[in-house]
Amino acid sequence: MKTKYMNPYLAGVLLGLVLLAAFYFSGRGLGASGAMKRVLVESVYTVAPEHALKSDFYHKYVGPDKNPIHSWLVYEMLGVILGGFLSGALAGRLKIKVEHSPKITSRKRLWLALTGGILFGYGSQLGRGCTSGAALTGMAVLSVAGFLTMVSIFGTAFILAYFFRKNWI
Amino acid sequence: MGPLIPNEVLDPGWNFLIAFIVGIGFGFALEQAGFSSSRKLAGMFYGYDTVVLKVFFTAGIVGMMGLLYLSLFDMIDLTLVWVNPTFLWSAIVGGIIMGAGFIIGGFCPGTSACAAAIGKIDGLVFLGGIFVGIFLFAETFPLVKKLYLAHPMGPIKMSELLHVSQGFVVLLVVIIASFMFWLGEWAEKKFPREEY
Repeated sequence: MKTKYMNPYLAGVLLGLVLLAAFYFSGRGLGASGAMKRVLVESVYTVAPEHALKSDFYHKYVGPDKNPIHSWLVYEMLGVILGGFLSGALAGRLKIKVEHSPKITSRKRLWLALTGGILFGYGSQLGRGCTSGAALTGMAVLSVAGFLTMVSIFGTAFILAYFFRKNWI
Repeated sequence: MGPLIPNEVLDPGWNFLIAFIVGIGFGFALEQAGFSSSRKLAGMFYGYDTVVLKVFFTAGIVGMMGLLYLSLFDMIDLTLVWVNPTFLWSAIVGGIIMGAGFIIGGFCPGTSACAAAIGKIDGLVFLGGIFVGIFLFAETFPLVKKLYLAHPMGPIKMSELLHVSQGFVVLLVVIIASFMFWLGEWAEKKFPREEY
């Protein structure tokens, strides 16, 4: 197949080396949803500090000498946005658009994206990390949780794929 | 010996700069692979584009083999590398919810940020959805706390669970992944589609 993207195996090696660098320098792997959690926690703490301090969930991250947004993952995600932008710029892919199957409207695609995002956000907190933090990084350190989460995410998507085929093909 | 910062070889003041640089590499690799396109990502589940499988498992294998070799050459102390703890039921149920989110929304958190960075509005909306989802989890946490903490197994590795060496687990993953790569190449020929 002719493609405008990098060879997938080469891109995989590149991603693997980035992951390895994270382990070698910082003793931890990659992540994404954790950064979003910290931004949310910081926002809730700013808007409703008392609520955050009382909450079973937020209180672990907030307090007088804690700064939830000042975290490894937040800086890493800022890098991801810059790295993605640079790659897109080099490849001539910077374009404002809604990508969707010709069988559905942009509006429907955006509703599906929102729904999927909500589910992924919720699931990532229950599962203690997403595809990068729990599945990929977990798999690389051979953690049982990593393998379980990976099989669970991809298995479910495969099982449900038939019902959502019109949105993609 | 690594990991350089936990092992105090490098001053912790460098940690956030390293995070930022690692992030640039992460985002660059994801976008180059085509992970900024939801239809390319979803192709995995219909066989017309298995880039997710190829990139994910290649990266995983490079990561796990790299860690293994670095530790064999005494270049990294694996006891200082963070291993995510296993809570059996939350890992499974969380994964199921994420899997549903993946096939409905077409992204995962990292890839949606990448897509948003090159101007995909669907990526940006997915990203917004993630914040809503995390907020819902945070606010309903007392209701799911029991499930969240059920069946804790600690930071257990596959090698400990199966009572085999780490190298053997890596070998198994390499064999399984090679078979899946072959399957992926076969599927792309069987269900060909123009690239999106």
